Amino acid sequence: MNTPLFEFLCRMGDNTLVLGHRVSEWCGVAPVLEEDIALANTALDLIGQTQLWLGMAGEVEGKDRDADKLAFHRDVWDFRNTLLCEQPNGDFGQTMMRQFLFDTWHLIMLKALAGSSNEQIAAIAEKSVKEVTYHQERSADTVIGLGDGTEESHMRMQKALDKLWPYVGELFIGDEVDAAMVEQGIAPDPASLRTTFDSQLDAVLAEATLTKPADDFAHKGGKTGARHTEHLGHMLTQMQWLQRAYPDASW
Amino acid sequence: MVIEKPGLETVWKWLSAVPDPEIPVISLTDLGIIRDVSWQGDTLEVTVTPTYSGCPATSIINLDIETALRGHGIENLTLKRQLSPAWTTDWLTQSGKAKLEEYGIAPPQPAGGPKHCPRCKSTAVERISQFGSTPCKAQWRCQDCLEPFDYFKCI
Repeated sequence: MNTPLFEFLCRMGDNTLVLGHRVSEWCGVAPVLEEDIALANTALDLIGQTQLWLGMAGEVEGKDRDADKLAFHRDVWDFRNTLLCEQPNGDFGQTMMRQFLFDTWHLIMLKALAGSSNEQIAAIAEKSVKEVTYHQERSADTVIGLGDGTEESHMRMQKALDKLWPYVGELFIGDEVDAAMVEQGIAPDPASLRTTFDSQLDAVLAEATLTKPADDFAHKGGKTGARHTEHLGHMLTQMQWLQRAYPDASW
Repeated sequence: MVIEKPGLETVWKWLSAVPDPEIPVISLTDLGIIRDVSWQGDTLEVTVTPTYSGCPATSIINLDIETALRGHGIENLTLKRQLSPAWTTDWLTQSGKAKLEEYGIAPPQPAGGPKHCPRCKSTAVERISQFGSTPCKAQWRCQDCLEPFDYFKCI
């Protein structure tokens, strides 16, 4: 088995799975109906992409684990999502700030993966780029609308940015898995995406009248699985409850 | 035993009679998601591309294709998923676009918004939300007749 490839695919799939589940927590309780529908649609896209990434991870692993098995039968220490994705929703502003930070990275990453030496990865990325372009457009617009909105919405968006900023750095920190992917021409060096990310981020934050925190301290440990925040375990108790109570239950 | 293999044109005709489960006025071939039909020996292979990766209609579509073809006597059948090239609304047929509009869903436009209200044809329209009742649609509203309507997103 190509172990680094399996790890890499789990990272991609766990990011979309965990964030997709988080976003779906808004279903039925978002501030207005249109936003409720938009959030549910975004979650649906992310879960759909998860099926592609984790489905492929299972094939690469060759141990008869499909996407469902990987999603519902692993415990917290086996998850490889970045810490940003597992952060709680907070208020609507915090959810949209998290979405904007992730979408911006996600779109740059997927565009790079569309040129992957691995055809299956390139195809998944090509498909996902279309969906994520749409996500990023909406989350950037919302960050601008709320950041440059009322005094209250501006204050909440700045607070959200300050709170989430320490989880952004991890997206760009590479390790031996990333080095193996670069060597095989499968994926880009995470650090190489930073310049594009920063310039897009700065443009949106300027329009949103928000200030990027000066301290670039970054929490890490999500994508390696070394140390997730306490939030992921709680989320999994909800997400995996049915499969744990009734293993292999299906429709 | 000799197995009767219907011609590919016949198979395409059968598929053009299978409605989209979410928007039943258009067929799967109108939607442009059937990418290929071919015989691999005695097995009919139908290549399908998903509209959106998480679209819940995808599994129903596969089931509907299978049911329709089995109903026409096809016994050996495989469905192949193809992700690349990714589905685009450019593959919607002209007749599919016309049927959408008649049904009250504004068809996709390269400009990124509906040409006019599918009901009163007014060009004074505004976007309510980038997303709608299914992954493929957005919500718009006519500023003249004031009716909200679905717009088939252009991707």
